[in-house]
Amino acid sequence: MSIATLSVRRKLGVDLWWLPRAAILGLLAFIIFGPLLNLLLWTVAERWYFPHVLPLDYGFSVWTRVFSPRGNAMDSLQNSILVAVLTVIVSLALAIPAGYALARLKLPLRSLILLAFLIPQAFPNLPVYVNIARLFYQIGLNGTITGVVLVHAVHGLVYAVWIATAAFSAVDPELEQAARSIGAGPLRAFRDVTLPLAMPGLMASAIFVFLESLDEFTGSYFVGAPDVNMLPLLLYSAGAGGNYQIASITALLLLIPSIGFMLIVERFLKADVLSRVGH
Amino acid sequence: MSKRLLGLLLVLPALAVIVLLFIVPLAASVVGAFEVEGGFGTGNFIKSFELYRADTVFTVLIVSLSTLLIGLFSIAIGGYLTLGENPRAVAILRWLYRWPMFIPFIVVGQILRTFLAKNGLMNNLLIGAGVITPMQATAFLDWRGIVIAFVWKQVPFVALLVAGAMASIDRGTIEAARNLGASRLRILIEIVVPQVATTLLVGLILSFVTMMSVLSVPLMINAQSPTMLTADIAFRINAYGDYGVANALGLISLVITSGVAWIYLRHTMKERA
Repeated sequence: MSIATLSVRRKLGVDLWWLPRAAILGLLAFIIFGPLLNLLLWTVAERWYFPHVLPLDYGFSVWTRVFSPRGNAMDSLQNSILVAVLTVIVSLALAIPAGYALARLKLPLRSLILLAFLIPQAFPNLPVYVNIARLFYQIGLNGTITGVVLVHAVHGLVYAVWIATAAFSAVDPELEQAARSIGAGPLRAFRDVTLPLAMPGLMASAIFVFLESLDEFTGSYFVGAPDVNMLPLLLYSAGAGGNYQIASITALLLLIPSIGFMLIVERFLKADVLSRVGH
Repeated sequence: MSKRLLGLLLVLPALAVIVLLFIVPLAASVVGAFEVEGGFGTGNFIKSFELYRADTVFTVLIVSLSTLLIGLFSIAIGGYLTLGENPRAVAILRWLYRWPMFIPFIVVGQILRTFLAKNGLMNNLLIGAGVITPMQATAFLDWRGIVIAFVWKQVPFVALLVAGAMASIDRGTIEAARNLGASRLRILIEIVVPQVATTLLVGLILSFVTMMSVLSVPLMINAQSPTMLTADIAFRINAYGDYGVANALGLISLVITSGVAWIYLRHTMKERA
């Protein structure tokens, strides 16, 4: 084959290959953004019922109702963010020492310990939450922020510990040894060398825990409701009552941090850390 | 202090939280499953099988089908990101696929409940394209809705893990196979996927157990019979305060997920051996 025909074929080939490529990418874009667009329509729809293709009236009257001082969206938003931040603090305070030990120190039964943190993800947690609610009720934790944070932290620990372990294993141990050999104590070497290098991975695990807490419905439903109002609970009760406008506005409030974090997560979660998750 | 002891001390607080706030209540629910009036027995299980046999099968089928689809789509996305030859298409896909990843399940339920409904955007588009007439439009809010919701939400997470693992594979073997004339599909199946099998398995197992635990999606998309065990458990407690049958159903789903955890355990043991 001459160079001329090759270049012609390549030219044609590139043009033709864009047909299936564009079709598949377009379909994927519709599958991903179609439902999101539908949600946005619902947040500004005043009236919309079958068989009308689009809402009959648009407006922001529901928004003013949701954000009015008497509406409970602001209260739920504050509670949700407070619980998520506290959950991150509790989970990371537990996961940083645990992840360091699992990555660096020779632990007996290491893979069993790693697996133990998977337990809250590995078992259907609904009956567990029911029994926790019974237990918390006896010791006065039911319906408190502390109770909800504890429940969320248990669930977030798998992300926190597994990603922290992967992040610490991705740091070259020789750097820490070098710091030790020029006279740094073990805590100093950890604080000044290992911790900063593992920081992107730890930030990623904080993000996962934060979103896991924001996402959490079942535990909040049994332990928090009705005393602690959270956004997912508001969404659920509005949707169950057939008020799709309020449900969609609440869903949009939950979407914003999720999508914001999605856009920056790869900055924190690098391939060298990702490939070590679960090892 | 020996390194082992120090390590155990560092792990201990996190483990204690798991034990006190998960394993103890879990044990309570297992014991509760056998508690019947005036003692212990298997009454709750007999009742569970009579009332919820169909739902148990339904749950296993839905979650297995979703896991299978999640695996296939994640490999396809990760594979194209790794082996795709058109940089622009790879960049578009990389930007596109991750959007649903962090969207909370409860929001996924709400979004897809409106999207797949009778007057949702999906039916409107099918009507607009002339595929169906307005009177033929049906809601997808049954088992299909649950599978779509699970796959929509979980594929980006598994694909992110898989693509990350694929990116750290030695490019040399891929280039060598390419030079010998292997097709990209063959390279994906025979060279790339086997090397990321552990990561793929971890992602799929996390997805499987997550789906077994999600209450909001079945409640919001399909709460009528047959539905998933999580919805049944919530119903037993909210409607009857029946902790016995609820705990028995919990134990049934626990046995199902233990089967999956066993596969992971056996795989890692074999790898370490």
